[in-house]
Amino acid sequence: MSILTRKDKRIVKDGLWDNNPITFQVLGICSALAVTVQVKTALVMCLALTFVLALSNTIISLLRNFIPSKIRIIVQLSVISTLVILADQVLKAYMFDVSKQLSVFVGLIITNCIVMGRAEACAMRNPPFKSFLDGLGNALGYSAVLMCVATAREIFGSGTLLGFQIVPQVLYDHGYVDCGLMVLAPGAFFLLGAIIWIQRAVSGYKEAN
Amino acid sequence: MEYLSLGIKSIFVENILLAYFLGMCSFLACSKKVETAVGLGLAVIFVLTITTPVNWLVYNFILKEGALAWAGIPDVDLSFLSFIAFIAVIAAMVQIVEMIIDRFSPKLYAALGIFLPLIAVNCAILGASLFMQEREYQFMESVVFGFGSGLGWALAITAMAAIRKKLGYSNIPDSLKGLGITMMITGLMAMAFMCFAGIRL
Repeated sequence: MSILTRKDKRIVKDGLWDNNPITFQVLGICSALAVTVQVKTALVMCLALTFVLALSNTIISLLRNFIPSKIRIIVQLSVISTLVILADQVLKAYMFDVSKQLSVFVGLIITNCIVMGRAEACAMRNPPFKSFLDGLGNALGYSAVLMCVATAREIFGSGTLLGFQIVPQVLYDHGYVDCGLMVLAPGAFFLLGAIIWIQRAVSGYKEAN
Repeated sequence: MEYLSLGIKSIFVENILLAYFLGMCSFLACSKKVETAVGLGLAVIFVLTITTPVNWLVYNFILKEGALAWAGIPDVDLSFLSFIAFIAVIAAMVQIVEMIIDRFSPKLYAALGIFLPLIAVNCAILGASLFMQEREYQFMESVVFGFGSGLGWALAITAMAAIRKKLGYSNIPDSLKGLGITMMITGLMAMAFMCFAGIRL
């Protein structure tokens, strides 16, 4: 990693842990919950979001000196939706079944607050490379939380991981039952609540009242 | 009767917030006070009831495969443009609605004012349009669906604001305060709303 200076690493790490988009900035929660029933869909969603976020940050940052501040929102939105359309078409072409499962949530990356939020907070002020790293870091932070939730939900909800059986058959024979709650919406809320709790307890963050 | 059933379904059974997680961001950010929650809820109902049918028109008369037959070019499929078209329609509608309200009811404008621009990037609005497209609703169905989803969202955020007000008096671990406990409560609310599952009229 000699290409990256210490400062660059700092930017990536910032999004990953210290300033995680989901647990600290409270951004992008909508899609974080809906796609996490299975690890596979969550993984695809993470890839799509990383692609969109890193590129949109770079492009907007390249354009930042040409965007009049009055119409910046609409310019940002059109850059983002173009990238999302690209991601969606690629998914439809090469991974049709996953794209059917994700249904509307790929499209909803457009209104995912992380993308808009980072464009506004970082890309409008910083040079392209820094914005790219910021986008990457935030996307990784988002992905990390998403993968935690998805792994827990799939193992406890259906006893599998990426489609493979994880919970041994012996347990089922002795009366072990999958936790149906995990597959449903409330399970996702509880899990995410718990993850936020743990992360904040470890890093000692307190919410201002 | 069919519409009533769809309405009930979109308000309670498939609540756009509690079952599909749409609009969580503004739900978490604006549910600290009951007044703001009610204001935002009203604004969402309003905008959803307008944008879902408008997007239906845009989709069915311009974007869908063969939809441009009325213009003499039947074999064009523009449906890949639907994301960008929907978001543009939503942003434009929000802007128009804002101006109209400002002109005809300054009082309502003052109440909704700050929330209206926020709504353009609320995922519930775009989500409802995308669901409408995916489920191939008819025009009237899209009106009912838009209104029902908005009402369901407003209901959830108002209830949440009321609960959070009560929550102020309870003793919660420091790191669970705020976002953490709100997520848990939302989970409990989602469980409560699951009781409506299976209700058909």
